[in-house]
Amino acid sequence: MQDTKKNIAFSPETLELIGKIIRRYPEGRQKSALLPILHIAQAENDGWLSSEVMDYVASLLSIQPIEVYEVATFYTMFNLKPVGKCVIEVCQTGPCWLRGSEELVKYFEQRLGIKPGQTTADGRFTLKTVECLAACGNAPVVQVGTEYHENMSVEKAGELLDQWTSENKCSHTNPYL
Amino acid sequence: MAQKILLNNIDVPGLATFEVYRKLGGYSAVEKTLKSLTPDEVTAEVKKSGLRGRGGAGFPTGMKWSFIDKSTDKPRYFVCNFDESEPGTFKDRYFGTLNPHQLIEGMILGSYALGAKTSYIYIRGELFYVLQIIEKAIEEAYANGFLGKNILGTDYSLDLYCQPGGGAYICGEETALIESLEGKRGNPRIKPPFPAIVGLYDCPTVVNNVETISVLPWILNNGADAYSSIGVGNSKGTKLISACGHINKPGIYEIELGLPVEEFIYSDEYCGGILNGNKLKAVVAGGSSVPILPAELILKTAKGEPRLMSYESLAEGGFETGTMMGSGGFIVMDDTTCIVKNTLTFARFYHHESCGQCSPCREGTGWMEKILQRIEDGNGTMKDIDLLFNISKHIEGNTICPLGDAAAWPVAAAIRHFRAEFEEHVKQQKCPLSR
Ligand SMILES: Cc1cc2nc3c(=O)[nH]c(=O)nc-3n(C[C@H](O)[C@H](O)[C@H](O)COP(=O)(O)O)c2cc1C
Ligand code: SF4
Repeated sequence: MQDTKKNIAFSPETLELIGKIIRRYPEGRQKSALLPILHIAQAENDGWLSSEVMDYVASLLSIQPIEVYEVATFYTMFNLKPVGKCVIEVCQTGPCWLRGSEELVKYFEQRLGIKPGQTTADGRFTLKTVECLAACGNAPVVQVGTEYHENMSVEKAGELLDQWTSENKCSHTNPYL
Repeated sequence: MAQKILLNNIDVPGLATFEVYRKLGGYSAVEKTLKSLTPDEVTAEVKKSGLRGRGGAGFPTGMKWSFIDKSTDKPRYFVCNFDESEPGTFKDRYFGTLNPHQLIEGMILGSYALGAKTSYIYIRGELFYVLQIIEKAIEEAYANGFLGKNILGTDYSLDLYCQPGGGAYICGEETALIESLEGKRGNPRIKPPFPAIVGLYDCPTVVNNVETISVLPWILNNGADAYSSIGVGNSKGTKLISACGHINKPGIYEIELGLPVEEFIYSDEYCGGILNGNKLKAVVAGGSSVPILPAELILKTAKGEPRLMSYESLAEGGFETGTMMGSGGFIVMDDTTCIVKNTLTFARFYHHESCGQCSPCREGTGWMEKILQRIEDGNGTMKDIDLLFNISKHIEGNTICPLGDAAAWPVAAAIRHFRAEFEEHVKQQKCPLSR
């Protein structure tokens, strides 16, 4: 069970940013800010959207919680369950497959001891397969947070994993900052 | 040398900054247009240029603009489609990252022509780092008086904002994009009414692709006639092609429409030939949605004429022996490629991306993925191949938006041209090409 009493509130800086985003849309159309705000909320909530966070976002936008759930469940980038500190997303669509994405996924599976969709026991890494990231000319491609890692190879994946491990990489940072 | 409109300055260091872009003549089209042309004259010029939408459908841009309802007193909106999610397509990301000001200049010109006072650039959520680059460029444009109130002292004012998506290919479909921009699920709307009448916030709206919009400054600087003198037939101007797969030089190329496909694949100026000296097996010429063609049909039409990179030539022969220009996502496969597996990755993609509103698309894409997986794993039957073809025919034309067709065509074309390979999977009860 989730802790429903947990108090959720954005910092004054984040609220200011959100206010700025809401002003981009006409009067009464503040719901348009929902996707940008969900990205921010997810980043500030360890990479996922709990129902409390979604309810809070609904209250900020003066919309019904169901309107937020509807949207959060539709878009792939929103996680509705906790994820690891560093989410590794490997593209598996045709162009990346042609250039070796399957070997790459296998390597991550072996190194991390998990399958796509799973999180390591220490909560540090989540592995995901994703669909086309619009970087097919530099396939295979891996995304971590807002970073793109292109022309990937098993060797490069090994180096990156070492680096992410040693720096305790966090992939969910506020994408507007 | 081929004429370049989009990539001519792409290697100039600092092109993404206002200062460098301006020094190279940037924003001169805005200066000229706002001071000397009426909005309707801009639309007329774009119409005359023969520019067609570069997002995939190839619809004439000027004509699309002329449908916008100017009879109401509702606000009008101009929206840039930067959702770029069609497998094989990565031109907008490349261009927008390196030359954001040319896109912004195009947004100002299009917004002026349509009478929009607020415009949005909708960028797929995965590309947040690109959104950051474009927002920075927008800030510079405001600071230099090209956005905001009374641009260059005229009475035209424009606000421009970026909007992130949330990871959904369907939001590239323009009515789904509008829904998403309103903060909703990306469910495509039933047309009509078209966005030009009822679009964003129920107001008249035009949605155009990044590349389409980025060409506008050149057209207004150099004139419609200069633009339409490039290209062949009804394929005017240049086109960005994203080339990927088994080639020596994957990347983005700007071609004059009408370039022979053979030259594009083998010349060192473009793809530089097939990787490892292998043989060409097949090409998906316009993004994952368009029919795949085997080597002989992509290089030459069924009539034996050289196939050209143009809307007409790529479509020559219809779906029996031809394909489509689409978004310009050019995916090349060599003779080590399993066509069944490649088709499976596409089917999985469309299944994942179906919005679920129409049952033929929602259910059919899942069935196609399942059957393809079964065949690829060596558990398929000959009947499965026919079943697959049959399902694709039941999706095609029976859905609200073209995603259904986009899912059906690659499957139907793979079976049409590579049936023997599907049968080989069934006979050998395994993938004959798996390594
Ligand atoms: C499923 C689907 C996905 C699409 N994705 C994109 C896209 O990512 N970018 C784009 O510009 N157009 C996309 N389109 C085409 C748009 O609906 C629309 O035609 C286009 O943005 C119009 O701009 P244009 O006339 O400048 O090409 C897509 C269409 C469909 C049906
Ligand atoms: S065809 Fe597919 S994606 Fe398009 S509206 Fe129907 S279910 Fe949604």
